[in-house]
Amino acid sequence: MIQSDSPAQVDQEVELVDRARSGDVAAFTELVNRYERNIYRLARHITQNDEDAEDVLQEAFLKAFANLKQFQGQSKFYTWLVRIAVNESLMKLRRRKADKIVSLDERLETEDDSVPREIADWSENPEQQYSRAEMQGFLTRAIDSLSPGFRTVFLLRDVEELSTEETASALNLSIPAVKSRLLRARLQLREKLNRIFRKHGDHAPIHL
Amino acid sequence: MGTTRQFTCKHLLKELTDYLDGSLDPEMRTQLEAHLAKCPNCWVVCDTTKKTIEVFKGLDPYPLPDEVKGRLVKALQKRCSESGKS
Repeated sequence: MIQSDSPAQVDQEVELVDRARSGDVAAFTELVNRYERNIYRLARHITQNDEDAEDVLQEAFLKAFANLKQFQGQSKFYTWLVRIAVNESLMKLRRRKADKIVSLDERLETEDDSVPREIADWSENPEQQYSRAEMQGFLTRAIDSLSPGFRTVFLLRDVEELSTEETASALNLSIPAVKSRLLRARLQLREKLNRIFRKHGDHAPIHL
Repeated sequence: MGTTRQFTCKHLLKELTDYLDGSLDPEMRTQLEAHLAKCPNCWVVCDTTKKTIEVFKGLDPYPLPDEVKGRLVKALQKRCSESGKS
């Protein structure tokens, strides 16, 4: 999660970006330290490949550094950086899956608009039934099982906690498209987690 | 699955994202919550979707392996020295 929303942190970030723009390498290094783990996670989830994720990490920061003068500060630095990282990640994904079309513009909306039939609720803090490492594994596999268009929107909105508008801007999507994909992604993930969190008492083998 | 006045289960699905994000207008929110109170299925779907979001918000950023960090620093230093900014 990015913790840069308090006014003091926003001011500090604006100052860091200003200093970096005028050639202060230490300021840019501070920005790298602040966001490198998030960018790496984002790239790893989208590309689903360690080597590609590392390339994206480097390319995103190198491009950000090279183009800082063009960054006008109309969006948050992180949103701008995410946009660069997402573009790099999708390029990697397309190269690796050259035989498949990988596009955020693909039609992802399904015709099924019915509410899932669900009777069993989950416990209050379902994640506490499992170790942190187990949970990380479940959640990572669940995200990775989504299609690129769904998982990218979900990652930006619910993992990196960008706003709907920021996500739309970063992905060049309309706001209704972001909302629609987010809903589908959330429902698909809910369905996957349902298998492990449903109140049944007995824990069946988990295959996400 | 039933309906609450004009608000149906399909309406819930349409408004669920805005509801969970706290961006639904008050009138629609009241209708939606009235529906939830009468439709156990939608209540569970809404509650478990909310829990899904909460669980993912707690996802830790990937630890950056030391060697990956090391190569990133080197790449940045190289670029900085090339552009005469280091």
